[in-house]
Amino acid sequence: MTLLQGLALLLLCQSAGEVLARLLHLPLPGPVLGMLGLVLGLGWAPLRARAGVAADALLGHLSLLFVPVGVGVMTHLALIAQYGGRMLLALLLSTLIGLAVTAGVLQALLPRGTPPPGSD
Amino acid sequence: MQDFVQLWVYLSATPLFGLTATLVCYLGAQALYARVGHAPWANPVLWTVLALATLLTLSGTPYPTYFSGAQFIHFLLGPAVVALGWPLWQRRQQLRRRGLALLAAALAGGSAAAASAVAIGWALGLPAEVLRSLAPKSVTAPVAMGIAEQLGGIPALAAALAVLTGLVGAIAGKYLFDALRITSPEVRGFALGTASHGIGAAQAMQLHPDAGAYAGLALGLQVVLAALLMPPLAAWLLP
Repeated sequence: MTLLQGLALLLLCQSAGEVLARLLHLPLPGPVLGMLGLVLGLGWAPLRARAGVAADALLGHLSLLFVPVGVGVMTHLALIAQYGGRMLLALLLSTLIGLAVTAGVLQALLPRGTPPPGSD
Repeated sequence: MQDFVQLWVYLSATPLFGLTATLVCYLGAQALYARVGHAPWANPVLWTVLALATLLTLSGTPYPTYFSGAQFIHFLLGPAVVALGWPLWQRRQQLRRRGLALLAAALAGGSAAAASAVAIGWALGLPAEVLRSLAPKSVTAPVAMGIAEQLGGIPALAAALAVLTGLVGAIAGKYLFDALRITSPEVRGFALGTASHGIGAAQAMQLHPDAGAYAGLALGLQVVLAALLMPPLAAWLLP
């Protein structure tokens, strides 16, 4: 039951996010607003164990959830091939630059040494 | 033989086919990934997608038929994004202390990824609509499509580029971080979520719970920052 209650909670947060995004014409997607809503909602202790079970179940297999979109990319191979190697080169280099800059800046700004245990 | 063909035609047109094929291929790819000690080249998303694309091509199954089954998995992306709130809540005190550093890294990394993609593409002589589709590639695919549309790019191309960016980050990230001597799982995860959104975050999630939590935060921040900042910046910078 805990898992189902947790899933229902996640879906309720997502629905609330979708409604809020549409009503207020926010440029943010519903699930992201739902994520913020969940963080606020977890302040209420009875929700925690339920949300935790469902969240761990979903996030443990997050990779699987990207497979249908990934297969969809294969249907756009013609579009990608049209611009070919130059586009892929720009994509590859810019992704490496983005990774390196983010990691470099964060590493420089965070205090040195082993970080304190974050969970409580 | 005739019976078998008829049976296949029937089965491959039901949602059962797309759903079963996705799960079975993914389990196979996971088994391979575990067997080679989680080597990045064996990324399970990459190999599942390649196996399914081969299967669809060989069997002549159109993508919409496949998606009628795969949509049940695809749908869970929404609640999964909501679920990212859980690891964030667990680390809320640490994240609050580090808030400014994380925001600065997200801004710097996100701008570097988008600006370098457009600059390199421009230097290589890519047409304007491709440059405008490249800009939002570090944001998760559905949001990238919306932003590309606002910028005057091609939404379908933007989604494809976003997925490829996710795969590049998930596969190349470990080698790059090792070369740069970046060892902290938090920093690695945050960079993966910033530059290669959900697919990078999924990779981080499987390697270390802290890396996964920071990757989830980074991908959420990137969605917010890109959706708010990219359209006005592009209107100002791009002719």
